[in-house]
Amino acid sequence: MTRSRLRGLALHAALVLALLVFLFPFVWTIVMASNTTADIYRFPPKFTFGGHFGDNVRHVLDNVAFFQSMANTAIVAVSTTLLVLFFDSLAAFTFAKFRFPGRNALFVILLATMLLPAQLAAVPQFQTMAILGWVGSLKALIIPGAANAFGIFWMRQYFRNSIHDELVEAATLDGCGFFGTYWHVALPSARPALAFLGIFTFVGSWNDYMWPLIVLTDPDHVTLQVALSTLNRAHGVDYSMVMTGALLAMIPLVIVFAVFARQFIKGATEGAVRG
Amino acid sequence: MTATAGRKRIWSYWRFYLALSPFYVLFAVFGLYPMLSTIVLAFQRWDGLSARRFTGLDNFAFLIKDPTFWQALENTVVLFLMSTVPTLVLALVLAVMLQSAVRFTNVYRIAYFIPNVTSLVAMAIFFSSIFSTNFGLVNAALRSLGIPQQDWLGQPWGIKIAISTMIVWQWVGYNTLIYLAGLQAIPKEQYEAAKVDGAGAVRTFFSITLPQLRPVVLFTVVMSTIGGLQTFTEPQVMVGNSGGTGQSGMTVVLFFYRAAFLDNDYGYAAAIALSIFALVLLFTAINWRIFRERGENR
Repeated sequence: MTRSRLRGLALHAALVLALLVFLFPFVWTIVMASNTTADIYRFPPKFTFGGHFGDNVRHVLDNVAFFQSMANTAIVAVSTTLLVLFFDSLAAFTFAKFRFPGRNALFVILLATMLLPAQLAAVPQFQTMAILGWVGSLKALIIPGAANAFGIFWMRQYFRNSIHDELVEAATLDGCGFFGTYWHVALPSARPALAFLGIFTFVGSWNDYMWPLIVLTDPDHVTLQVALSTLNRAHGVDYSMVMTGALLAMIPLVIVFAVFARQFIKGATEGAVRG
Repeated sequence: MTATAGRKRIWSYWRFYLALSPFYVLFAVFGLYPMLSTIVLAFQRWDGLSARRFTGLDNFAFLIKDPTFWQALENTVVLFLMSTVPTLVLALVLAVMLQSAVRFTNVYRIAYFIPNVTSLVAMAIFFSSIFSTNFGLVNAALRSLGIPQQDWLGQPWGIKIAISTMIVWQWVGYNTLIYLAGLQAIPKEQYEAAKVDGAGAVRTFFSITLPQLRPVVLFTVVMSTIGGLQTFTEPQVMVGNSGGTGQSGMTVVLFFYRAAFLDNDYGYAAAIALSIFALVLLFTAINWRIFRERGENR
């Protein structure tokens, strides 16, 4: 009995060690963001939180249009997420519950698109944006990402397993049209799957880097990731300030994740096994 | 049924086609059309201003003679191996440990996953800071142990270690969760049968756990391959557009980005993009083959 208790203790010790390793970069970012750069340059380095966070935030705001780029990122991430949730779930519901000519062919095309790397389209896509007059505009980030194959595939799996055909038939008999059935029957039943897809999309959009770097040409109208890399490039010697910017850029994501974490983890693990 | 009746029936499905249309319209405009243009562009020379000129296979001929391309290819594969192998092994170990733990499992899962939902650029800056020569945490730790400091981001192998450390840190938790879900789907009876047969923990792991987990492992390998072959943000932020010392942080996507958007060599960039696509297909096929064949020979 003592042996199994010992093993349990060793197990948790190892798991806690892994947890500390995973969380350490966040702690160290806060340490750097709350001290002066001189403190960080010292050897041995200062391991405690300092009182300079306010100064560092002010320096960040002096050097990049931080709030503007955070607002840009939020606009892009929120609108992309809402559009993806709507378009993907609508298409997924159609694939999952209705038969129509060409359904299988369309679905195979959908799956095939998932293998295509983004770089394959980047150059002509930039030309398209130039023709549409969207270079420098947030539309260039929102519209192309408003529906995606992964989300449709993901939601379709969910609808197939969670909604009975009889329920759809009953709703149709009750006079619910196709869209009414989607809105009143399918959507409310799909909350956990929507939560997962929503966070997944939000995080992906928040973190997108290469395309905004290419298409947002005006330095005052960039997203957070681009602003952060500019800050790093121009003021890399002032680590405290740069790490403060890095910390501020992570806060909204951590909040969103903290609120939905349980649902998200549940969705992520179920989907991996089923898919 | 007559042809007109058939046509009439197609029309009665318009709601479904309308519901599906957003994805296919967006894909046609922002996906398919640009991809086809990329294929055409790969056979042309174009700087974005002057007229396009057909040059046949010149871009590809130049590509296979370009040492930077081969360097980028090698770096990408080395970085992919240096990050994927430790990531998946560590994730499997953590998942097996998490499965045998009874308490706090949800706390562990959420904490392990956090690295995956953070700002990529912010964390690339963080990792370049801890690997910095004069005041990085890694060198501070080495110095306190009496080991001379290293110029991590100024040396080819140091750059690769810094980049792959970041990728491992970011992806272990994600893969742990997926393996854990796979482990929980294995029927308990199989373990009980193994116990009755007198199989030990190691034997059970290799003859039951690992074979049952094969589809999940395939999934994680394919996902890591597709992600790993497209590494861009980490090297771009950590060592810059040049790829750092000896171009050892130059990946194929960074190479593509430079050709297209810094050098305005669009035709050449299109040829690089096609080579990335070929690379993804090749690696996916290899993964598929390895895991499929092992499964069938059993």
